Amino acid sequence: MFSTSRRTVLKTAAAAPIPALLPGAPASSGVTLTVNGDTVTRQLEPRVTLLDALREDLGLTGTKKGCDRGECGACTVLVDGRRTKSCLTLAVMQQGREITTIEGLADGDRLHPVQAAFIRHDGFQCGFCTSGQIMSAVACIREGHAGSDDEVREWMSGNLCRCGCYPNIVAAVRAAADEEQ
Amino acid sequence: MQNFAYRAPASTTDALRLGTGTGARYIAGGTDLLNLMKDGVQRHDLIIDLNRLPLHDITPTTTGVRLGALARMADVAAHPQVRRRLPLLAETLLAGASPQVRNAATIGGNLLQRTRCWYFRDASMPCNKREPGSGCAAQHGQNRWHAIIGGSAHCIAVHPSDLAVALTALDATVHTLGSGGARTIGIRDFYRLPGDTPQVETALRSGELITAVDVPSTGLTGRYLKVRDRATFEFAVVSVAALIRTGGGGVVREARLAFGGIAPVPWRSAEAERQLIGRRLDDAAIEAAGRALTLPAAPREHNAFKVPLVRRALATALGGLR
Repeated sequence: MFSTSRRTVLKTAAAAPIPALLPGAPASSGVTLTVNGDTVTRQLEPRVTLLDALREDLGLTGTKKGCDRGECGACTVLVDGRRTKSCLTLAVMQQGREITTIEGLADGDRLHPVQAAFIRHDGFQCGFCTSGQIMSAVACIREGHAGSDDEVREWMSGNLCRCGCYPNIVAAVRAAADEEQ
Repeated sequence: MQNFAYRAPASTTDALRLGTGTGARYIAGGTDLLNLMKDGVQRHDLIIDLNRLPLHDITPTTTGVRLGALARMADVAAHPQVRRRLPLLAETLLAGASPQVRNAATIGGNLLQRTRCWYFRDASMPCNKREPGSGCAAQHGQNRWHAIIGGSAHCIAVHPSDLAVALTALDATVHTLGSGGARTIGIRDFYRLPGDTPQVETALRSGELITAVDVPSTGLTGRYLKVRDRATFEFAVVSVAALIRTGGGGVVREARLAFGGIAPVPWRSAEAERQLIGRRLDDAAIEAAGRALTLPAAPREHNAFKVPLVRRALATALGGLR
């Protein structure tokens, strides 16, 4: 199911070879990841973040690269069911863990209830933060942190929306939480 | 990010053997280290992943709770023993970072996170902490975030951890393991004031690991108050961890006051505590404690506001404990 992303092709074509690594520094090694139920192995350098591995090596571009510093939350994925920022961990550190991305939420053509709630409540404008918001919301609800608007605001604070769709995001998370009860 | 070699040892013996090499660095949650490496603030030839080591447990002890160095912030904050016996600790952990970061960040890594001083984090700027002898751009630069107490002509960066402030009020003990064996270090001896060696931030020796933190339950009533520029997911401008025990007539028998955002280390003020002992927790006593706290303050151009701010934060925190 994983195909090479357009960006990877462009980068591979345009980029100069990596300048001399430190003497003795490792080349790539085989890293095995389980993503959305599929177990795949890719040759990755140690410095490749989980985010870059998902996007550039596995072609799963639903996970977005916003700040790449853990501040915006656009790269949120689930690792063993817990939300985390994929830009703040190395792919090689996540071997043996179950990773879920936005591509793994829907059941065929049937959207996950949180995805459906975001559409119903108009929880986005440009959509760049949305996959991170949704992954974070899935965990937020599962953790039991969606009981009031204030609680959702606090427990969704790791996800920023530059379009300012917060009221609708809060409404979507509350609605999805109510549905699950 | 400059590339590096990667190892994930399964034993502390192997970790220490690798960790004594030059250019080696441990990684736990990675939530601070990876940013520093992406920004070129730190470069390491070998990254040693500690996550396979058996240091994850949160264990009740006779005196309190022992936190494994690899315990995640979120797990500690949610742990029933922590919530029951150390509510101040749970409250403090939940005031820090974001849910995603708390799922990844560890107790040991939290204590060893680097300052948020923007000159330290900008590799193009002089910084004695990052590059000893290069100068301190904060002294006459944008120093709104910086220390009002305990700084030096070489560094006025503040320690960013909320957890460390609470642990300083709770008199926690840090357990370490190095090539010379195991040590226990009181939290108040763990952090070092900058003096003329701001690159030395803690009592840890080269290659030494934090293995656990012992947190005694105090029986005192506590509160962590964090003042920040936005409601959540932000570092403290100032913060207060206050623990109080009162006796008959509401007279204060014991007081422990630790502060974040005002000093290069989590700042415990014995002078402020002394002002409260034997008195009722009234406005006059709280005012006296605040004055004693800020007596040694030497604010810079942009951070004089922290003097009244930290006093008011103290007053609010103590007012909530009356």
